[in-house]
Amino acid sequence: MLHFAFTRLISLSLSLIAASVVIFSVIEIIPGDPASFMLGINAQPDTIAALREQLGLNGSLLSRYFSWVFGMLTGDFGISYTYRVPVSELILARVWISLPLAIYALVISTLIAFPVGLIAAANRGKPIDLAIMGTTQLGVAIPNFWFAMILVLIFSINLRWFSAGGFPGWDEGLLISIKSLTLPAIALALPQASILARIMRSSVLDTLDQDYIRTARAKGLNQRQAIWRHALKNAMIPVLTIIGMQFSFLMAGAIIIENVFFLPGLGRLIFQGITQRDLVVVESVVMLLVFAVITVTFIVDLTYAAVDPRLRRK
Amino acid sequence: MIKLPRTLIFGGILFFTFLIGALISFLWTPSDVEILNITSRFKLPSTVNWFGTDHFGRDIFSMIMVGARTSIAVAVVAVGIGILVGLPLGLWAASHHGHWVDDLIMRGNDLVFAFPSLIIAILITAVFGPSAFNAIIAIGIFNVPVFARISRGGALSIWTLDYILSARVAGKRTFRISVEHILPNIANLLIVQGTIQFSLGILAEAALSYVGLGVQPPTPSWGRMLADSQTMISFAPHLALFPGFAIILTVLGLNLMGDGLRDILDPRIRRARG
Repeated sequence: MLHFAFTRLISLSLSLIAASVVIFSVIEIIPGDPASFMLGINAQPDTIAALREQLGLNGSLLSRYFSWVFGMLTGDFGISYTYRVPVSELILARVWISLPLAIYALVISTLIAFPVGLIAAANRGKPIDLAIMGTTQLGVAIPNFWFAMILVLIFSINLRWFSAGGFPGWDEGLLISIKSLTLPAIALALPQASILARIMRSSVLDTLDQDYIRTARAKGLNQRQAIWRHALKNAMIPVLTIIGMQFSFLMAGAIIIENVFFLPGLGRLIFQGITQRDLVVVESVVMLLVFAVITVTFIVDLTYAAVDPRLRRK
Repeated sequence: MIKLPRTLIFGGILFFTFLIGALISFLWTPSDVEILNITSRFKLPSTVNWFGTDHFGRDIFSMIMVGARTSIAVAVVAVGIGILVGLPLGLWAASHHGHWVDDLIMRGNDLVFAFPSLIIAILITAVFGPSAFNAIIAIGIFNVPVFARISRGGALSIWTLDYILSARVAGKRTFRISVEHILPNIANLLIVQGTIQFSLGILAEAALSYVGLGVQPPTPSWGRMLADSQTMISFAPHLALFPGFAIILTVLGLNLMGDGLRDILDPRIRRARG
C-alpha cells in the first residue's frame, strides 16, 4: 500500500508541476506581454511600464515562474489588478459558495442515483428498468446550464418558490442560503445523477452474475435479499470511485452554473477576471481549481486501493 | 443479415435530421439569419415562423439550422484532431509496449486526463480570444488522450495474435503492421468512441458559446442563442426552449447511435446478445 501511495504521490506532484507550467505558459508567455494584454490597446507606455513593475514582469521567465509557485505555496496569490486586494482574500470569500454548491450537488446526485440505479438493476429488462434507462439517457444529453434556465422558469418565475439568482450570504441564515443554492445544485446534479445511476445499475448487475450470489440464491434468498445483503457491498466499490471523480466535474461545472444564477463563487470570479483582463486572478483561480481536481482524484485513487487490494498489486 | 439495434435506428434518425438540416442551411433557410426585423420580434411559433422569432425578429428555426452547422462542424473537427493525433500516438505506444516510448506517451496521456477539461478550455479561449477556431482547439486537445488510450488498448491485444507474428516473420516493419493489420481491426472501437466524443464535443461547444467564448455573433450557435434568451425567458420562453431541444436531441441521437454501434460492432456484446 505504501509503495502504491508513493508512486501515486509522485504522479500527483508531476501532474501539479505540469499543470502549473501549462497555466503559466498560457497566461504569461503566449499572449505576449501580460501588462499590455491587461491594459488593452490604448494604454500609454508609462502605464504599461508601471504595471510591468507592479506585476514583477521585468524578471526572467524562470524567476517569475518560481516566485508565482512559491507564492502560492505560502498562500500569496498576488494582488488583483482590478479589485486591488490580495487574490487570496477574493478566493477565501468565494470558495464558501463554490465548495458548498459542489458538495450539495454531490449529495443530491447520490441520493437520486442510488435508489434509481438499484431499482433498475433489481428489475432488469422490465418496463421500469427501460424507463429509468431512457430517462438517464436523456439526463446525460441535457446541458446543465439549459436545465438551470428551465428550473428558473418553472420554480422562480412561475411558482415563485426560489429566487432566480444571487446569494444572500451565510450571515443571513443557513436555511435562506441553502435555499438559494438549491436550484443551482439540482441543475449541476442532474447529468451526474444520470451517469451515476447507470454505473450503479451496471455495477449491481455485474455483481449479480457472480457465483456467490447464485450460491446465496440457492440457499433460499430472494433477489432483493441477495442484492441487499451481498451484491450491494461489492457493487459499491466502482460507484464510490465515480462519486469521488464526480466531485471534480462538479467543481468545474459550477463555473458555468454560477454564471447562470449570478452566484458570487469562484466560477464567476474567473469570468470577471477574464472580462476585466485581470490575469493575476484568472491564473491563480484556475491553478487552484486544477489543484483541487487533481488532489481529489489522488485521494479517490488511494481510497480505492485501500478498499480493493487487487488494485494495489497492479 | 445483421438486425440493426433500435437504439441505432432511433439515434440515427435524430442525428441525421440535424445533420441534413445543417447541410440544407448552406443552400436555403426559411429566412436570412443575418437580417434583423425588429417589428416582428418575439413572435410565437406559427405557420410562418415555425419556432417563432427572437429579440431581433430573426427566425429561430432558421437560426437552429445554421446553429447545427456550427455545433456539428466544431465537434467533427475536435474529434478529428483527437483521432489524427491520438491514434498514431496510441499505435506507436502499443508497438513499443514496455519500452520508454510507451511509458512516455501513456504518462503524458495521464497528465492531460488529470486536467479539468472545461476549465482549461475556458482558459485557452479566454487568452487566445473567443472564436470557433480556438473552441475547436480547446475541445480537440482533450480528445487526444481518449483516442490514444483506446487505440493503444485495442492494438495491444492484436499485437499478441499469431497473424501479426506471421507478418513480422514475413519481414513487415512495425509501421506497416500497424497500418495494414492493426488499424482495420481497431476501427470499430474508434467509431464507437468517436460517436461518444462527438456528443461530448457538441455539449462542450454549447457550453463555451453560452459563456461567450465560442463562435461569435452574428454567426448563430445554439449555446449563444441560449445565453441571449436567458434575460428574456420570463416573457419569451420559446427563445430558450428550441435551441435547448436541438442540443438535447442531437446529443441524445449521438449517444443512442454510440450504444447501437457498440452493440453491433463489439463482438463480446454481440455474442452475449446473440
